[in-house]
Amino acid sequence: MLSFKPYIIATALTVSVLSIVGVSNVAHAESLKGAVKIDGSSTVYPITEAVAEEFGAEYGRVRVTVGISGTGGGFKRFSVGETDISDASRPIKKKELDKAIENGVEFIEIPVAYDGLSIVVNKDNDFVDALTIDELKAIFLDGSKVKTWQDVRPEWPAIAVKIYAPGTDSGTFDYFKDVIAGKTGSIRADMSISEDDNVLVRGVAGDKGAIGFFGCAYYFANADKLRAVSIDGGSGAVLPTKSTIESGEYAPFSRPLFIYVNAKAAARPEVNAFVEFYLENGPALADEVGYVRLPSDIIALTKKNFRDGKTGTQFLDENGEKIHGPLAEVYR
Amino acid sequence: MNNTANPSATARTGRFFKDRLFVVLCLLSAGVCIAVLGVLLASIITQGVEYLGGPLLKNPPSRKPEKAGIYPAMIGTIWICSVCALTAIPLGVGTAILLEEFKPGNKILVRLHGFVQLNITNLAGVPSVVYGILGMTVFVEMFKMLGSASDPIWTLGTTDNWYYIQLPFGRGILAGGLTLMLIVLPIIIVSSQEALRAVPNSLRQGSLALGSTRWQMVWNTTLPAAIPGIMTGTILAMSRAIGEAAPILIIAGIVYITFTPEHLMDDFTAMPLQIYDWAGRPQESFHHLAASGILVLMAILLTFNTVAVIIRQKFQG
Repeated sequence: MLSFKPYIIATALTVSVLSIVGVSNVAHAESLKGAVKIDGSSTVYPITEAVAEEFGAEYGRVRVTVGISGTGGGFKRFSVGETDISDASRPIKKKELDKAIENGVEFIEIPVAYDGLSIVVNKDNDFVDALTIDELKAIFLDGSKVKTWQDVRPEWPAIAVKIYAPGTDSGTFDYFKDVIAGKTGSIRADMSISEDDNVLVRGVAGDKGAIGFFGCAYYFANADKLRAVSIDGGSGAVLPTKSTIESGEYAPFSRPLFIYVNAKAAARPEVNAFVEFYLENGPALADEVGYVRLPSDIIALTKKNFRDGKTGTQFLDENGEKIHGPLAEVYR
Repeated sequence: MNNTANPSATARTGRFFKDRLFVVLCLLSAGVCIAVLGVLLASIITQGVEYLGGPLLKNPPSRKPEKAGIYPAMIGTIWICSVCALTAIPLGVGTAILLEEFKPGNKILVRLHGFVQLNITNLAGVPSVVYGILGMTVFVEMFKMLGSASDPIWTLGTTDNWYYIQLPFGRGILAGGLTLMLIVLPIIIVSSQEALRAVPNSLRQGSLALGSTRWQMVWNTTLPAAIPGIMTGTILAMSRAIGEAAPILIIAGIVYITFTPEHLMDDFTAMPLQIYDWAGRPQESFHHLAASGILVLMAILLTFNTVAVIIRQKFQG
């Protein structure tokens, strides 16, 4: 921590200089040069791509590259200092954090959007309108006895339940497993699994008894082919919409997406300008590409944390254990 | 009744019937292949035609499908495929010549020869993602023994020269092209060997009888006779190289890039990666964009192959 302070000061200085120049900053945009290397989650990629595109229109001489090596693959490069920014669809893990510390990489953690995890059924399925968390557990947990919809609720018809789920090492699956099975449980194995969410969309759309889950962007784009199920997290059934996801009402399936910024790189003017641009325009662009913007108080917090150079993760406790809970409660 | 009256006639109609049946079966299997290809092409063309006329060929990627383009990926693909062809063809054909034309006499060398042959044949079946990891270790990192890409131990030229080279290579064009070379080498070697084997031995003997050395025999007689077969193998190999996404995902990983490569160590992306990203998007217009990308990829592949076919025709004639 101590050895790290110079960077924080440098970052803070750069930021304050930038904010003092303020207006002339735009004039500088043309002359700013350098490169910003970004890699990581393909889920976060559309947002970062949109930001990079708009950033490029203003800062034409900064070379921004964005990769899709996956959250884990991105952190692998990030933790050895190969990339400046890492896209992540989940918080950093203990192992990845240890590796970053070992290589002297300090980072600033910034949530950028919500990806509501939507649970969907077939369009012709007119009986399932809402599911409680307990019913989801009954359907999805390992050792589940549910074979037909009648086993979920006795008044529902005896149509076979067919489950479509994303790949088991995707961030979406991880998040779903965390919510449904918790730390120790596991999800049943007899599901149709695909790494390609479009295959899941087609699967659920073509099977009357089907249920599936994936990121809300895929539901929003296919709302005419699928029906989203309201989720009852204890305080009434809530449909996944942009406003219920943003407000956190759609609990517990609002999943935050992150970017991790290398603190040393953040002191470079081009990286700093890029992240500032991201914080400013990210929410609107996230909304445009199909994700959900964060509530304004969290956005304000991300700006403050970046400008203060607040490093480290807020999703692991001192013992490296995962901290569970909604973003609004965990992120400070 | 007929059977007893004229058994040979029945046997003959039976034989002819089988012959007809065989022809019909052959036609059917060919028809199925062509039908599948036709359906594939038709669906890609109907989906992809929408964005073909637009800025697809001149723009970088964008979040708006109507503004999105494949230009940097297209140039990246041309760079890495050129590196791949320029390295894989001489190496592959050279290896094939060694294995076919310079067979060893000594017992230990015969064993070694057999061992190398067996390994090359097996390598042709290794999944390309494995080559991606191999390329990562050997070319990108150079076993982490020569420093890192950001702090190279040796450089040639500067980043302003197209031939700029550093050690280790890092995640640039050269590493990508050489990894593709690893993937296609076994295909080129095996098919070149087949082509060389098909050259009649009498040609070799005639050449040697006229007093030429083995080098002259290979260069003036065997190799020219084998070129059509070698070109066919090369076409297959390059068709595979241009469509590889998995190893490029490991080596470059980049999809969003607005500039085109300027030197051998520069960052790049390739068309299969861009198409893979578009095809996985939630919005249907991006799926159509992916189809347009596939059409462009096919056009480039056909251009590559036409050149190869022309060369083949020239040598056959």
